[in-house]
Amino acid sequence: MSTTYLEAIREGLWEEMEHDPNVFLIGEDIGEYGGAFKVTAGFFERFGARRVVDTPISEAAIVGAAIGAGLMGLRPVAEMQFADFISCGFDQIVNFAAKCRYRWNASVPMVVRAPSGGGVHGGPFHSQNPEMWFVRTPGLKVVAPATAYDAKGLIKSAIRDNDPVLFFEHKALYRRIKEDLPSEEYTVPIGKAKVVREGTDLTIVTYGAMVWVALDAAGKLAEEGASVEVVDLRTLLPLDRETVSESVRKTSKVLLLHEDTRTGGMAGELAASIIESVFEYLDGPIVRVTAPDTPVPYSPPLEDAFLPNAEKVVEKARWLFRY
Amino acid sequence: MSAAELAHKCLYYMALMREVEDRIERKLYRQGKILGGVYVGRGQEAIPVGTALVAEPGDVLFPSHRDMAVFLIRGVTPGRILAQYMGRAGGVTGGRDANMHMGDLNLNIVSIISALAATVPVAAGAALALRYKGTNGVVFSYFGEGSTSRGDWHEGVNFATVQKLPVVFICNNNQYAYSTPLCLQMACANVADRGPAYNMPAEIVDGNDVLAVYEATRRAVDHARSGDGPYLLECKTFRMTGHSAHDAAHYVPKDLLDEWGKLDPITRFEARMLAEGWGTQTEIDELHAAVHREVDQGVAWAEQSPYPEPATLLDGVYESQ
Repeated sequence: MSTTYLEAIREGLWEEMEHDPNVFLIGEDIGEYGGAFKVTAGFFERFGARRVVDTPISEAAIVGAAIGAGLMGLRPVAEMQFADFISCGFDQIVNFAAKCRYRWNASVPMVVRAPSGGGVHGGPFHSQNPEMWFVRTPGLKVVAPATAYDAKGLIKSAIRDNDPVLFFEHKALYRRIKEDLPSEEYTVPIGKAKVVREGTDLTIVTYGAMVWVALDAAGKLAEEGASVEVVDLRTLLPLDRETVSESVRKTSKVLLLHEDTRTGGMAGELAASIIESVFEYLDGPIVRVTAPDTPVPYSPPLEDAFLPNAEKVVEKARWLFRY
Repeated sequence: MSAAELAHKCLYYMALMREVEDRIERKLYRQGKILGGVYVGRGQEAIPVGTALVAEPGDVLFPSHRDMAVFLIRGVTPGRILAQYMGRAGGVTGGRDANMHMGDLNLNIVSIISALAATVPVAAGAALALRYKGTNGVVFSYFGEGSTSRGDWHEGVNFATVQKLPVVFICNNNQYAYSTPLCLQMACANVADRGPAYNMPAEIVDGNDVLAVYEATRRAVDHARSGDGPYLLECKTFRMTGHSAHDAAHYVPKDLLDEWGKLDPITRFEARMLAEGWGTQTEIDELHAAVHREVDQGVAWAEQSPYPEPATLLDGVYESQ
């Protein structure tokens, strides 16, 4: 039976709740209501108010309480109703949670789930991709799965991890993709990228919902005779630089793709990393396809223009092939 | 514990905190052996002492930067605290952080961060965990009156009261947040006035009377431990120094300092001990002499502690690297 991306997250959470009594959920409207996106539907009935804690509208308190519970040895999973609201808990994440281990050797085994991304006509405050605010915060781990398989495997790894993990789940994927998942238990390691399509002429490095855009573009480019490799980062911090470098050594051409805005986006760090490690393998400039440096607009024609898509990727790839 | 035993403990920890902080601020800092920010709780020692002496081992403490005695009471030696201030490997954080920015989960002490009110929701979460695990532990959440202006203070207190969590909120109201006086910090007269808005009992305590703090803390802890939810203690005191060692605090009216100087918690408590017959002047003198020797040893220990190796810079960002 096929499992959606949303169901996969749900299954991962459920299994970890069954597996470890120290795992509990905390967030807004996650209890009887089941969460804004229904990721936690049915959890309250099964696990009760002790392990599914509904909170006031207080992101700093949600994250702060998760940190405190984590310090005491529990494994809290905090839900931000939308990733956009994570800024209200920013200090707790970047100054409290991220620095505990380095400063005083204290574990904060906490997961913050953050439904992120555009393409759902959510407008400027329900569509953002704020991952890079956290990717440049040492002490945090940041994951952004693209598939149902990885979503389930990574949420389980995140819960078992003894460091704070931010889990960016893409809203546009929730019910749009599905696949058959293994019936036996599995996890996906944090910190490992994956080559999701092999090729020899061009590497596209991306993550989250843009993996699907990359695969779509790779299919179109194949019709033109180009063999495109797609690397899904899966984890943004710590970054799997080696898998990226290895692919570049093979293809010598790189297109970096993300839905996040351009300046200070992951593409910048990837480009620097590629230049530092495999510069001599490149036979063309490193190119980027990203959202522009604007807030995420609401109206469909504006949002469509904002979001990267397969056409934009194909066009950029053709330019690179002509270079 | 007899009244006399309790009195000796109170005096010992207040005197020890005073002596360690005096060495830090008036000697080691001025000698250039301590760099960066130095914040002391001179004149405010009754608050950490009177509260932390009530704590059971399973209770979790979140001391603020004027609460050094919490560490001393939990058994952290003066030497390790002094090494912490001097950035040495033997300090509580091994040189990773400075001054009172330290914690030790083995002692159930959680470290502050500089944005002090940030500990309040974390304290609420620790209390949630203590209840979750079925213990009867209580969390002691310390902060200054300035912290109560912050949004995360209110979020943390609101969450704790909604959930009826076992937390005692302990406010050190020393009347100044850096240079900002109380009247520019809040429109109500007392921090305790904030309690009713959260349906939380709140009590104003003479923060320069260690036994008053001790007794009020017992009431607060009994309330929290019995499952009745949080309790707010506002300990009124006065900051007898600048915000930090570099701040001459010219903005504090001198008559206020003179007035509060007469209420010094240590000299006041010594008079009480003599009056109640809990100790003699000779015993008090001997206690101070012993404290002095203990801190001498601590300074010597800290000074011989090496600096951390630069090669360890990258260690410990994550559990496994």
